[in-house]
Amino acid sequence: MSVYNSNPAVTRKGSNVQKVPGGKLGEGFLEPQGKGLIKPPDQVELSEAELQEEITRILTTNNPHAPKNIVRFSFKERVYKSCVVDQMAVLFEMEGSLVHEDSDEGRRLRARGSLCEELAAGGIETEPDEEKSEATVTTTEDGGEVEEAGEDDRPDSVASKIDRKEPKQTNQFNFSERSSQTLNNPLRDRSCQTEPPPRCTFSATANQWEIYDAYVEELQQQEKSQSDDSKLRKAAKILERMVHQNIFDDIAQDFKYFEDPSDEFRDPEGTLLPLWRFQYEKAKRLSVTALCWNGKYQDLFAVGMGSFDFSKQGAGMLLVYTLKNSWFPEHIYPTTSGVMCLDIHKQRSYLVAVGFHNGSVAVYNLKREGTEPVHQSTAKTGQHTDPVWQVRWQQDDMDNNHNFFSVSADGRVVSWTLVKNELVFTDIIRLSVNGTVPEDQEQSPQVSVACGTALDFHKQTDYLFLVGTEEGRIHKCSKTYSSQFLETYDAHRMSVHAVKWNHFHSKVFISCSSDYTVKIWDHTISNPMFTFDLNAAVGDVSWSPYSSTVFAAVTTDGRVHVFDLTVNKYEAICQQAVVTKKAKPTRIEFNPIHPIIIVGDNRGYVTSLKLSPNLRKKPKAKKGQEVPEGPEVEVAKMEKLLSLLREPEQNTS
Amino acid sequence: MAGTGEGKKEEDYKRLHSFPLIRHTDMPEEMRVETMELCVTACEKFATNNESAAKMIKESMDKKFGSSWHVVIGEGFGFEVTHEVKNLLYMFFGGSLAVCVWKCS
Repeated sequence: MSVYNSNPAVTRKGSNVQKVPGGKLGEGFLEPQGKGLIKPPDQVELSEAELQEEITRILTTNNPHAPKNIVRFSFKERVYKSCVVDQMAVLFEMEGSLVHEDSDEGRRLRARGSLCEELAAGGIETEPDEEKSEATVTTTEDGGEVEEAGEDDRPDSVASKIDRKEPKQTNQFNFSERSSQTLNNPLRDRSCQTEPPPRCTFSATANQWEIYDAYVEELQQQEKSQSDDSKLRKAAKILERMVHQNIFDDIAQDFKYFEDPSDEFRDPEGTLLPLWRFQYEKAKRLSVTALCWNGKYQDLFAVGMGSFDFSKQGAGMLLVYTLKNSWFPEHIYPTTSGVMCLDIHKQRSYLVAVGFHNGSVAVYNLKREGTEPVHQSTAKTGQHTDPVWQVRWQQDDMDNNHNFFSVSADGRVVSWTLVKNELVFTDIIRLSVNGTVPEDQEQSPQVSVACGTALDFHKQTDYLFLVGTEEGRIHKCSKTYSSQFLETYDAHRMSVHAVKWNHFHSKVFISCSSDYTVKIWDHTISNPMFTFDLNAAVGDVSWSPYSSTVFAAVTTDGRVHVFDLTVNKYEAICQQAVVTKKAKPTRIEFNPIHPIIIVGDNRGYVTSLKLSPNLRKKPKAKKGQEVPEGPEVEVAKMEKLLSLLREPEQNTS
Repeated sequence: MAGTGEGKKEEDYKRLHSFPLIRHTDMPEEMRVETMELCVTACEKFATNNESAAKMIKESMDKKFGSSWHVVIGEGFGFEVTHEVKNLLYMFFGGSLAVCVWKCS
């Protein structure tokens, strides 16, 4: 007979010893089949005596299946030692969702009072398993109270004493309300079939002549579309000009015909009439640093965009505008360094020489496609080390090579010659502060250089030229003497911005400076003939092309001053603000033919203005007398003025 | 084409005909550009080995647009293929190569 009983109810009785008669295992288990004994066929037949014999059966706490011979090596004592074997065998275990009402937990919960009651009512229903087991227990064993000692071993198991009126104590860690549980959606299968992706067949033959033909055809088509493009561009250009002409019809009429009638009553003062305003979106932040009219096409002018501010240097731009279209430039050349000066060749008006802030000079050809210059100086080919302040084209030399001069803040005056694909340089003069020119180029570098800022060549005498410097001096130099100046004028107290020879009188030149003054000189006399104080730094000055005594200057307070010395030797006959409040005008140029001027400012705008009749008045003709005209008259006019000034001087000296 | 001398003509031809020229395609714009660039890259990388170039194109296309792409590269061949619609590109490149890429699974 087996000693170990597998019935959990019995096992849990622990160390209790039971005396069981015969094969009976326990009253409760035999009861359902109590009436008639069913004998298995192979049951051993026992005699009465044998049946009456008492066999003592002992329930032990030892697990018969537990191994008894387990040993472990103890490293401490260096021997094998038997170890303790766990005798407990768990046959069934279920975590309850209720708490025993006599346990600590249950008592605590009950103490909390009636709050749990409602919950417990739901709790009974949610644990069908518990109910069932309890039900079986209550049915098998009579009486409302069931005494099951085995239940005591497990504190969290189902409560043994159940009073149906009492609410059950729920285990907070393993309990969920039925009302809080949602219904799971039932799963369903669906299936369908799609069309296979559509297919089609393709066939071709690839060989060398097929490939060649395809390429040739493609290139021809490309060429065709390109020519279409250029045709379209031309048409678009014409149309743009037409639209421009229609929109700015009143300005065009003013440009051609309007003569301010109020001038008659204002005599001798005149006014400036603003015409078109030129601006290019991409050059908006740049300042106008140079202006130059084209000699051949009177409506065309070039604008150099850059910056005068040393700390704001960046890319620049060379733009070429026409008066026929103020919206968009005819040519656009973006440059890596700011443009500081430019000059258009007198005869070959498509050649534009440009000086940059980084010291290089370049020549652009307006006829060429692309935005690259045709010639550019590099560090190897004698480029300046400081901003180039002025470039001037010269007559072609004896070999018919084009050449131009440049002056830079590094004190060098350099002649550049365009020889085939190269730009060949020749140093003409080096400027220095103490007024003398270093003998040779290898001289000690201690000699501080004077920064050249302006340059102009004499209109008739080919070799004669003037250089203005940052120190305020103006030097008269000759191309043939590189060792000394012909003359030095202590002209200004601050940087000279422009020097320009008079268009008619060969001895006269004009200069302007930041020291608020404009001075007119006879180059044979070291003192200025006229001095005008304009109450603001003068950015640029320009002689008019139609009269020897008319010139215009721009000042940083935003005004243009136009003087006519024959009318008034002391004051401007027109002072007019021409740019918006914040902008400062930087450059001014007279159109060689039409009575207009262009003014560039530091906001990138170029404004064109028409001179009113008073500003370009001819001397009054006496009755019956023919009005004399021509350059001789202009020279005489200037000479008359100068002689008035010279004579008293000579008298005093 | 321009150029009188034989040598100049040859050079001109090489220079002018180096761009990729799509002969036939039904791919959408984005896919076409991507595929064309891939073909150009592969042909330039393996200028002398069409097999490697084709392998590179096929593997990249399989990765990008799903499997079962087929690639043929050569100077002369005739073919008839069945392909999935919007998944075919037939182009010339470098003046002498033809590349056909199609998908059929």
